This record gives sequence, C-alpha cells and structure tokens, in this order.
Amino acid sequence: MSGHWEVVIGLEIHTQLATKSKIFSGASTAYGADPNTQACLVDLGYPGVLPVLNAEVVRMAAKFGLAVNATVARRSVFARKNYFYPDLPKGYQISQYELPIVEYGELFIRDDEGREKRVGITRAHLEEDAGKSVHTSFAKSSGIDLNRAGTPLLEIVSEPDLRSAREAVAYMRKIHSIVRYLEISDGNMQEGSFRCDANVSVRPRGQEELGTRAEIKNLNSFRFVERAINFEIERQIEVIEDGGEVVQETRLYDSDKDETRSMRSKEEANDYRYFPDPDLLPVELDDAFVEAVRATLPELPDAKQERFVAHYGLKAADAEILTTSRAQADYYEVVAEKTSANAQLAANWIIGDLSSLLNKEGIDIQESRIGAADLAGLLDRIADNTISGKIAKEVFDAMWSGEGSADQIIEARGLKQITDSGAIESIVDAVIEANPGQAAEYRSGKEKLLGFFVGQVMKETGGKANPAQVNQILKEKLE
Amino acid sequence: MAGKDQALHMRTLASLTRGLAAGEFSSRELTEALLARIESHQPALNAFITITAELALLQADRADKVRAAGNAGPLNGLPIVHKDLFCTQGVLTTCGSRILDNFVSPYDAAVVERVAAAGAVMLGKTNMDEFAMGSSNETSYFGPVANPWDKKLSPGGSSGGSAAAVAARLVPAATGTDTGGSIRQPAALTGTTGIKPTYGRVSRYGMVAFASSLDQAGVITRSAEDAAMLLGVMAGHDGRDSTSVDHPVPDYGAALGKSVKGLKVGVVRQHFDEGLDDECAARVKDALKTLEDAGAELVDVDLPNIGLSVPTYYVVAPAECSSNLSRFDGVRFGHRAEDPEDLLDLYCRSRGEGFGAEVKRRVMTGTYVLSAGYYDAYYLKAQKVRQLISQDFKNAFERVDVIAGPTAPTTAFAIGEKTDDPITMYLNDIYTIGANLAGLPGISIPCGFAAGLPVGLQLVGPHFAEATLLASAHQYQQMTDWHLEAPGDFE
Repeated sequence: MSGHWEVVIGLEIHTQLATKSKIFSGASTAYGADPNTQACLVDLGYPGVLPVLNAEVVRMAAKFGLAVNATVARRSVFARKNYFYPDLPKGYQISQYELPIVEYGELFIRDDEGREKRVGITRAHLEEDAGKSVHTSFAKSSGIDLNRAGTPLLEIVSEPDLRSAREAVAYMRKIHSIVRYLEISDGNMQEGSFRCDANVSVRPRGQEELGTRAEIKNLNSFRFVERAINFEIERQIEVIEDGGEVVQETRLYDSDKDETRSMRSKEEANDYRYFPDPDLLPVELDDAFVEAVRATLPELPDAKQERFVAHYGLKAADAEILTTSRAQADYYEVVAEKTSANAQLAANWIIGDLSSLLNKEGIDIQESRIGAADLAGLLDRIADNTISGKIAKEVFDAMWSGEGSADQIIEARGLKQITDSGAIESIVDAVIEANPGQAAEYRSGKEKLLGFFVGQVMKETGGKANPAQVNQILKEKLE
Repeated sequence: MAGKDQALHMRTLASLTRGLAAGEFSSRELTEALLARIESHQPALNAFITITAELALLQADRADKVRAAGNAGPLNGLPIVHKDLFCTQGVLTTCGSRILDNFVSPYDAAVVERVAAAGAVMLGKTNMDEFAMGSSNETSYFGPVANPWDKKLSPGGSSGGSAAAVAARLVPAATGTDTGGSIRQPAALTGTTGIKPTYGRVSRYGMVAFASSLDQAGVITRSAEDAAMLLGVMAGHDGRDSTSVDHPVPDYGAALGKSVKGLKVGVVRQHFDEGLDDECAARVKDALKTLEDAGAELVDVDLPNIGLSVPTYYVVAPAECSSNLSRFDGVRFGHRAEDPEDLLDLYCRSRGEGFGAEVKRRVMTGTYVLSAGYYDAYYLKAQKVRQLISQDFKNAFERVDVIAGPTAPTTAFAIGEKTDDPITMYLNDIYTIGANLAGLPGISIPCGFAAGLPVGLQLVGPHFAEATLLASAHQYQQMTDWHLEAPGDFE
C-alpha cells in the first residue's frame, strides 16, 4: 500500500484464561454478574490479604508455550507493576516482568503474497486483569466494578515481524485459533476475553533502524485491528511526508470515526517501578510437569490442516478454513468419515451452505441444527444419485427447519431423482416438440441453447431429473 | 516460683494456665481483673488503641463454659492482646495510622484465628508505630506509648504497646510483628521476652503488610516458657500465605528442658564495636558468662557484612512498603479526603492527610529506589548485599548453634529524643535487622539493668531453630531472675 515505506507491526495479545476462579483468589471468573459480586477481599485489595497462585493458570500457560514451540521457563517470577488507578485496588498489578513463563516461540502465517511466513513470539507472561470504571449511571462520580479484577490473563507478545495489517490479523487469528484448540481460553472478543495492543511504525524500505512506534490500545475485533492499523500507517506516513516526526505515544482507536487518537505521550508514561512480588514465590517447574502438559496437547491447526489435505485430498485453502476452529474441524471429520460422498463435497457443503446459515443465525457449529451425521446422510443421497445437488439444497433447508432426516424429507416431499431414462426421454421429446424454433437454432450451431432445454426439462420434472442424464439424452435427441 | 499467693496480674501464662485448670479462678474473674488494670493504666501508658472489654467478657464466659465441658484448648481462658495490625473481624484495625482510623476489619488474621481457636481471650489492640515504621512508638497517630520503667521514656517500637502492656503486667502475653527488630528491641527496652520466629513460620495472612519479605509475627511475654506456649499455637503452615513454610512445628514446651551444656554460642566481634553502650555491653557479657558457666561454649564468629545491614534494610523495606501502602488510596476503605476535586486530588489529599511523616519518608524513599535509573544502584544492589549477609549467617551456623549479643545499643531513650534524627533512630535496630534480612529466628530476653533500665540479650539461630532459642532462653531464665523484675509502679 505504501510504496517505498515499510510497515513494522508487533502485537501484544491479552488472552483471558478459562479458569473457574481468579489467578490469585478463589472468586469466580464468570462473566456478566452484578457489579462487585465476584470480588473477594483479595480482589478488593483489603489490608492484610495475600495472593495465592491458581495452579491451573500455570498449566495453561505451559500448554500455550509448548503449542507455539516456545521455551517453558523452569523458573518464572511474578513482579509488581506499580501505578495508581481506581480500578486497580492494590495500586499495583501482579504480572511477570524479567522472567516470564514462556519465551522464544513462533508460529506460521501466510504473508500478503500467500507464502508461509514465520512470526516470532518474544514471550508470553501471566498477569491479573484490572477491574473497570463505570462512568455512566452516576452523577458527578464514577463507579468501580471489580468483578474482572484478578481475572487471569496470558499476554502474548510477538516480535515486530508483521509487515501489514492483514498479516497482523492473520497472526491474531492464528493465536485465537490455537488458544481455543488448547481450550485455555474461550476467545470471546465481545466479552473482552481476547484483545490486543498493536505497536505500529513505518520506515523507508531498506532502512534497518526501526521508525518511532505508536501503540494502539485495546483492540477487540479482527476488523478493528485491521482498520486501526491501516489508519495508523496512513497517518504516520502522512506525518513523515509532511516533514513531521512520529511521536512515541499510546493511541486509542475510535471505531465510530475509524481513526486513532492520542491518549498519552511517552513523557506522560508511568514509571511502573517493577520489582519481584515478595508475597509470591518464584514458579518452579520440573521436566516431569512440562512433559505431562505436553502429553495433553491436542492436534493443532497446522498439523490438522496438513492431514486434511493428505488424507481427504482437500484443497489447502479449504483445509485451512475448516481447521480454524477445532469444533468445525471435528464436525467436518465426522461428516467425511460417515458419508460415502467425496470428502471435498463434504468440505464444500460445510464451508458454503452450512457456514452461511450459522453466520446468519449467529451460532457456533456445535449448536448447528443439522448434526454432522445428518449432513453425512444428505451427502450420501447426492452420492448415490437419489437427489441432485440442487434438490439437496431444498432438503438441507428442510432439515434445518427440523422436518427430519434427509431420507424422511426426500420421501415426504417426493424429491427422489428421476433416473429412469425412458421417463426422461419422453419428457425430452415433449420439450423438443414444444420448442421447435429453439431446436432448429440449436441444430444450426447455437449450442448454448442446451441450457435452455435442460431448464425446460427440469421445470417439467420439478428439478428431480438426473442432470447428467438429461444432458446426455438432450444432446442425443437434438443431434 | 510464681503461684497461688501472687496477684493474678503478676502471674505468667504458664501459672495462669495451672490456676484456671485447678479452678482457683475463672477466666471471667481473670479478664475482669486485667480489664480493670488496663483501664486504670491506659491514660498514663497509652499502650492500647482499642480495648475490647465487652468482647473479652463474652470470650471469657465462653472459655469458662468450654472448660466446664472438658474441651479446653491450649490457651483456654488466657488473656492476650494483639498488635493493632492484625486484622480482627468487627474490631477496629488501625495500624496506628489516621488512614485506617475508621477501618473495621471484615475478617480475622490467621494469627487471630489460631489464638482464638485455642481459647484465648482478646483484651484489646495495642498501640504501635504507624504501619510498624519506627523504633520508639512515637510515629503512632494515636500518640506515643510510655515505658512502664520510666514514663518519660519510650518503650521502643514498633510493637511498643504490646511490650509496655506486658511489662506493666496489664496482660501476660501479646502478639507483635518484627520487620527489623520491632518485637526484640521493645522487649529489650521493657524487660520482657520477645521472639521473632523464622520467616514463614507464622502466617502473614491478615497481618497488614509493611515489608512483605521481612515481616514476621511473633510474641512478647514475660518468660520464654510463655513465649513457647503462645508461639506453638501461632506457628504452622497456612495455604493463604504463599511464603508460609510447610515445616512441622515441634513441641516448644517439651523442648524447654534441654540444657545449654555443650551449646555452641557464637559471639560476634562487630557487635561489641563502638556504638554499644558500655553498661549494656557489660550486662550482655555477664549473660554470656552465665551461659558459659552452665556449660555452653563461647565461640568467636565473624559476620563480615553485618555492618551493611542497616543501609540494606533501609532500601529493601521502604521499597516494599511504597508498594504495599499503595492500596490506601481513599477509594475503598480508610480515610478519604472530603470533597475531592478530581481523582488526583482524592489520592493526594487522602494519603497526604492519612499518613504521618515517617511513613511518607519511607514511601518516598521506596519509590525513589525502585524508579527507573535507580533500581540497579539501590534495590538490586541491596538484594545482593542481603544475599551476602544471609551467607555470613549460614557460614557462622556451620560452627555454632546460636549467636548471642546485645539486642539494642542502649537502654530506653527519652520520648522525643531521637525524633528529629531518623538515622540515629534507625541505628537502634543495628543488631536486630540482620535476622530479618536473613529470615532467621531471634529472641530477646532480659539480662540485667543499666542505670535502672532493662538490658536485652539477643539470641539468633538458624532457620527453624525456635526450639533451641526458647530452650536456651528458658535455661537462662532458670538461672537468673531478670525476667521476673517488674517496674516499680506496676507490681
């Protein structure tokens, strides 16, 4: 997009870990409770209370580390990040600073040219979330809801390896997919379980030194990430081309106006005075622990994608789409294993008709009204020529409406395909006879008219004639 | 031997336990007697921030019922007091600070829970230096505490209220906390017995933090035997404190009989260098001689880096305190400035009004040493020196069982004498801070008088050597009567 400018992007992704209780207290992490009903004395930062680490978060962080081929630190340390804010009850956030639990990871995405590209993961560290300030509903003052305070987060920091907004989104989607495969996060972006900060800078192509970066905070959708980064790239290029300088600052993306705005500059930035938290012991892991976690790793998206191509003969692009979520991949495998139809046909139906209905209704594949086995049953009828692909769509819609299985619907609606060549021949004869003009034109070389005749035959048969047979018989009769 | 013919307030925990068991008096009678004594001496001593008379009588009646039912716990019916930084449910917990002068804790500290579960009766919450920052009890928002030996003098600090209450025979035992000497120094200055156990021995849950890596709860009593009783109840692992150590608690009482014969007692040359009052030095040397006469072996040991302990402490402790005290922001509890203009004003005035000068000094020092550009030079370097000091002790404990020396460089000093000179005040903890930096247990016991004022002998042991310290102290107290001396006005 930017001619002689090169874009450099690094992402910090905050993933909420799917534990039942908080990272340092026993309070529940469930979303949507009344304000301050899920904050215990530890979350409220009362005098004298102490944090106790939830062992589950360590297991989850280690799982992520292993999934991205990273080093899982045998010793990591919680530190205090000190700053004052009303939604930060202790006046410090417990995070990991110098010694994070995960370091030196990587994953692979497709770059803008479609080539495989490695993106480095600098580190992933555990920390607690803050609460939130409520500025509405109170006159002249703000409310504080500490339900979210102490919710476990894994902050995943990438290397500045991304070169476009699209690459950034591809990377973020990949991380999203991995954390959901690992079942360490629900990845729910509306509820803030998965969000990111983007560090964006530009430099003249060929220059080694990085440009000054701006950090765009708190992006909570893939679309916003792409739009915010693209806006920011344009803005920075414009600043430089107008003879100005990009300042190091924190910016916020306003999705209504589709622009980023300055939030605070480097000079106003806090000195967080990090130091090891004396209330918590270093987290020490042994090889046995790490290996036990490794044994729980599921097949990950990349491996599954490769297997789908090799085993089912799918197109790479389709395999990639199907493996985006573990649930969708599982669904596909059930269909592909059960049906006698071609595995690619199964993929087409899931990526096409099923996905569009799911999207339209805003539900996940686990909630699909057509189960995998039922879809396989429908595809079987296409494979054995009981119905055509076109009729199959009608059956599919009826199945979605709850009218029964494919076989029941075909039977009830009389949709069984006509494959008796005698029957098809007599309909073809009638159609040719009724359209003598078109028949003559066809015979004089206007072969495009075949489609017209196919349409007429289908109309006569209510779409039930076998299309291949119709084609063949028409061609013979029109010779 | 303390016994039947003595007034209740003069009796030790051990003696009162026997009296209660024998039915000489009820817990209610004992509680009423001591409450009356507290009331009458409170105006002169100011040892208490809160006196919980009503609650105490309830607990005493319950203890009497429990005893009648035959279920008496190890402290059943015995009166104790808590330093006012242990959270007590439904009772004011101020930490000696204006910022918490209205704070009623919604929960009990682990120490409070354990002591209550053992049947003890809480008479009140004792005065202390604000957030335990001080060595004289003068930084308390609730005013200084007077030393029962001479009311113009300080009882030391920060557990000054606890020490004064025990010395004045208002109560037989008190809890305290020790971050740099806050149990041992006031014990020395008031002629009481004070033990700070190993870091991690007693749960810090519910103990308002000053410097988390140094804070440790302990007890102030009138004998090592009593200290063993109370500490035995308080000690032990607690899952709510990640730094609490899961290490078995020995029967401290049963260990008291162990003779000092053959005990290797380390004597640190640096402890007798300049700075130590001559008469105090003489009393400590007398005490060492007493131990030696009883069969202990005195061994010279060297702690080459011990001279760095005060400066090291005054980097580490303020750093942690600056962060620990951030939660006092006027938002959720405690003092809140009136009519704040905005958030910054709320913070600045709530904290500005709520904290006293010494706390502010330490918060500022701590903020400074953790700041970008200074962290390595101060905080990190202090942590390295701390390691060296720990190693010095470790080396010494390869050769000796305990290290003995003075607890404080002088006897009690006048209230107001050192308030304008923080450095001199800080040097009062020169002999005690090392044990905190290294996480070691230490005990101070009375070993005589200098110009009519008590002098303390300190014994420091390796990690989890509380039983050795208590036994050595008890054996010394079997050979001497210094711990039985009461201030003239309080017999």
